[in-house]
Amino acid sequence: MIEVKNLRKNYHSPKSGKYAGIGTKDNLEKGISLSVPKGEVFGVIGPDGAGKTTLFRILATLLLADSGEARLSKWNVVDDYKEIRKIIGYMPGRFSLYMDMSVEENLEFFATVFDTTIEENYEFIKDIYQQIEPFKKRRAGALSGGMKQKLALSCALIHQPEVLILDEPTTGVDPVSRKEFWDMLSKLKEGGMTILVSTAYMDEATRCDRIALMREGEFIAIDTPANIIADYKQTLWSVKGDNLSSMLADIRDFPQVQTSFAFGDEHHITVDQNLTKSELSNYLSDKGYANVSIDDITPTVEDCFLALTNEEN
Amino acid sequence: MKQFKAFVVKEFYHIFRDRRTMLILLGMPVAQILIFGFAINMEVTDIAVAVLNPSPDTYTNQIVERIDANNYFHVDYTVHSQNEIDELFKQNKIDLAIVFPNSFNEDLIESGKADVQLISDTSDPNTGTIIVNYATGIIADYQKEINHISGYPPYQIVATTQLLYNPEMKSSFSFVPGVMGLILMVISTMMTSISIVREKERGTMEVLLASPLKLSQILIAKTIPYLSLSFINLLTILYLAYYLLGVPIRGSLVLIVAISTLYIFLSLLFGLLISTIAKKQVEAIIMSGIGLTMPVMLLSGMLFPIENMPFVLEKLTHIVPARWYIIIIKKLMIQGLDFSFIIKEVSILLGMTGLILALSMINSKKRLE
Repeated sequence: MIEVKNLRKNYHSPKSGKYAGIGTKDNLEKGISLSVPKGEVFGVIGPDGAGKTTLFRILATLLLADSGEARLSKWNVVDDYKEIRKIIGYMPGRFSLYMDMSVEENLEFFATVFDTTIEENYEFIKDIYQQIEPFKKRRAGALSGGMKQKLALSCALIHQPEVLILDEPTTGVDPVSRKEFWDMLSKLKEGGMTILVSTAYMDEATRCDRIALMREGEFIAIDTPANIIADYKQTLWSVKGDNLSSMLADIRDFPQVQTSFAFGDEHHITVDQNLTKSELSNYLSDKGYANVSIDDITPTVEDCFLALTNEEN
Repeated sequence: MKQFKAFVVKEFYHIFRDRRTMLILLGMPVAQILIFGFAINMEVTDIAVAVLNPSPDTYTNQIVERIDANNYFHVDYTVHSQNEIDELFKQNKIDLAIVFPNSFNEDLIESGKADVQLISDTSDPNTGTIIVNYATGIIADYQKEINHISGYPPYQIVATTQLLYNPEMKSSFSFVPGVMGLILMVISTMMTSISIVREKERGTMEVLLASPLKLSQILIAKTIPYLSLSFINLLTILYLAYYLLGVPIRGSLVLIVAISTLYIFLSLLFGLLISTIAKKQVEAIIMSGIGLTMPVMLLSGMLFPIENMPFVLEKLTHIVPARWYIIIIKKLMIQGLDFSFIIKEVSILLGMTGLILALSMINSKKRLE
């Protein structure tokens, strides 16, 4: 399990003159806190620069926090870093493989580093490793993104870690591999592994048991994805039609529309409660937009993230 | 120990699979020895001479013959005017011109004193001076001879010189130690720093640090392959120098190898230190390449004699490890001295090793920052 209390780590970015890192809000004592029980898949969701990597590096004993405390299992990340390095599997943001070494050599190397062998743990990583085993003589540099990801995960799992820390493991990987990857995580979780995973893809949030929405170094919500969605109080509509890109500006001009964001081939908008769909529809038709359709929708985690962000501002 | 071994094996994979780099690493010493040994030759030979001799006689003819008979000189042109000489110099066809005056014979017979003019191309001052010295020597020899024949020798003081250690004045004797100092440092330092910084750049260092591996294990395992590569280079250089260039190994070979190992170790530590500062491979290359190669070339005494340097630069050479290493190697290889003569230099190298070791230990971090 993972226990994080009032953790704070600031970098001063000379370029923007702003602070980056985690726990960067005015109340410097507060920092961020978090608790993940054993056997949970906990997702940290937020855009680039939210502080996900900083948090994960502190937990992986690679960075020292400015203040606050963090424990993995019964070990403190600062004092007991040696113990922690034995029980975690860590996958940094880029696939940290040796590109000039073959699949097998990479796995063997990391197995030895963790004082074990492939044979000893073959059963444990079988599900994942079998998918890349046919290419075991191929150099890691010649693998596709999805296969690199599987190899990196195999390497991180080879010593059967108690806690798995995955920093944006699905970035740069095709959708099919991403889905497979999350399926694998669910399986590992059933074996009792605690998994901390970050992602910038909001649609992956529902695959986690609980998520923390992270923005500018702060958690803006920590809960199950369902609860976060249930907490969504606004009236949310989707708007479709021709000429979507120019429509967005006109929707924003409409006084009773609170927020509007582009979501692929539709716009998600929040509106005042007393507004009816026909009012908006007529307004858009008057503006010359054809084929306008407006529907009630259930919010996604991304909607929640945007709403929470908006509330803060 | 098993982890350590696996790590060293991995490092060798990196080296062997990067064929081009490996070729450079192993080929560089050979290339340097060949280039310095054959292409860059500091000795002056093959000097083309033109003679302007308006009234030939026995004396002048004999002088010209002597010059022509010398191994270093060959008289290619006999000219008839000063203009022709100018022309030949302009076309770079001659290195030296000998001009006898019209009245050479009369002067010599009547006043016992005659002038001969030597004109040399001193656009390269060293070469120019050496050529004139050679020619003057030949003429002086000839003068002695005719004095002897004429029977009234004036007072003569003859300086006999003995050239210790390198009687043939082969320049390879001085550059082989220089090349050793340069190659061993550049390869050890650059390759170690690059290989560590590469792991940082690719993110694998993050995984290694978050593993049970100890930092010292990682760093020592990093240096071992380059230690062995440098060792191969050392033996290559010694072999080529001895058998191809005829550079003697007069002192103890064991001592030479031992001191070189110390020097390689020092260079590896330098690489480690650089790797703690550099964040990108390019930075590591610049720091070790330009930051080390240039000072070694310029300040180690390899190219320019340290004695002639201005005060500040001369003092600066004291902190260049290659300077001390080159002195040791010269003493051991060329002069054939024993350990008691290199105690000072060895102590300095040991001290530097300790200092760099301490600095890189302080600077190495078991975390990312």
